Amino acid sequence: MNKQGNVYTIIYIIVLVVVVGTALAFTSISLRSRQQANADADKMRQILASVRLTPASDEIISTYDAVVERSFVVDSQGDEENGDAFGINVAEQSKLPEAERKLPVFECKVADGSLKYVLPVYGAGLWGPIWGYVALDADGSTVYGAYFAHQGETPGLGAEIEKPAFSSQFEGKHLFKNGEFLPVAVVKAGQKPLGDEDYVDGISGGTITSKGVSSMLANCLAPYEAYLSKLSK
Amino acid sequence: MAEKTNNKTVFFNPFSKDNPVVVQILGICSVLAVTAKLEPAMVMGLSVIAVLAFSNVIISLLRSTIPVNIRIIVQLVVVAGLVVIVSQLLQAYAYDVSKQLSVFIGLIITNCILMGRLEAFAMGNRPWPSFLDGVGNGIGYTIILVIVGFFRELLGSGTLLGYQVVPDCLYEAGYENNGLMILPPMALIVVACIIWVQRSVNKNMQEK
Repeated sequence: MNKQGNVYTIIYIIVLVVVVGTALAFTSISLRSRQQANADADKMRQILASVRLTPASDEIISTYDAVVERSFVVDSQGDEENGDAFGINVAEQSKLPEAERKLPVFECKVADGSLKYVLPVYGAGLWGPIWGYVALDADGSTVYGAYFAHQGETPGLGAEIEKPAFSSQFEGKHLFKNGEFLPVAVVKAGQKPLGDEDYVDGISGGTITSKGVSSMLANCLAPYEAYLSKLSK
Repeated sequence: MAEKTNNKTVFFNPFSKDNPVVVQILGICSVLAVTAKLEPAMVMGLSVIAVLAFSNVIISLLRSTIPVNIRIIVQLVVVAGLVVIVSQLLQAYAYDVSKQLSVFIGLIITNCILMGRLEAFAMGNRPWPSFLDGVGNGIGYTIILVIVGFFRELLGSGTLLGYQVVPDCLYEAGYENNGLMILPPMALIVVACIIWVQRSVNKNMQEK
């Protein structure tokens, strides 16, 4: 057969693509459960990090089971709905109108016996997505801890949001000021926001990432207002 | 290549005399990206060795059947398939590392070393020399990655493989990590230093 002919070429590439496609499908299916378990464990680690717990990698799941009392979904009216809070894709939810969002809440009991409410947030930095978890005290207003992560922010600049030096600034800040709901703002170091909301210092050289954190908090925490004001009563 | 069949040269040349990074100047992009820390640099190196060796063997086995006018596409399909498999394996068995390497594993596909070796060597040689060529070039690439990663992590973060090696007393005496080492430009400068050292040792390689 002529190896440079059109028929040979077409058959050759079809066979090749089918063989490679089968190999990929097989790999993907046989590894999927392991990958999902890794991704879940990573998510648990991030939730625990927001309540200031950093278990070793083999203790993540047991710590999570011990700390997280229950997880549930609320709507923007503050009422509980049916649904699997852990499986909710926060990235998709954060793009919906506020009234339609499904809002996961993870209720944690920390070492001193007090309840903390962990809320996921998701937004955009300079180069790609940023996300995190904010833990609130039982009053629904005081921030107990925060965890932020990013996909590809500039190392040494925007990427600093994942460092405790940045996220620990949020501890003790309030979401409600004089009964008004105002998410914590991130502003340039030394400046103040226009309103009277609580604020933390942004990262110098990471202005766009810092602003991203600020608008991520505003966008993702605002729908919880109804639920959180119920807690504060 | 006159020494086409000499397996020893095929394997050892890429370590220094014909190093893919510092002599052939291939695969520079990933050297800049993944060498801020030593660990991802090592995993990246191992992944490239694996992908390069297997794609070389597969292309070498197929070389007499591949229609000439679609040979680049065939090479790409094979490389892309292997890269996706490596990426899936990392996600399943080395999740943290796969998160750190993120897109760069996928970018092995575009690593010039791969296409370069497939086109220049595997298309014209038998599987065993091709395998050696792949492993050799992969190791040559890894050596550079590890050297660059070593200096960048040591000077930029004061750690090696995540363990602190710069003693606290030095920090107390006023020593500070060099933040510039973490940024990509310093990778280029470290690579340049390696090239400088290598050219000084092998005088015959100096460009006139």
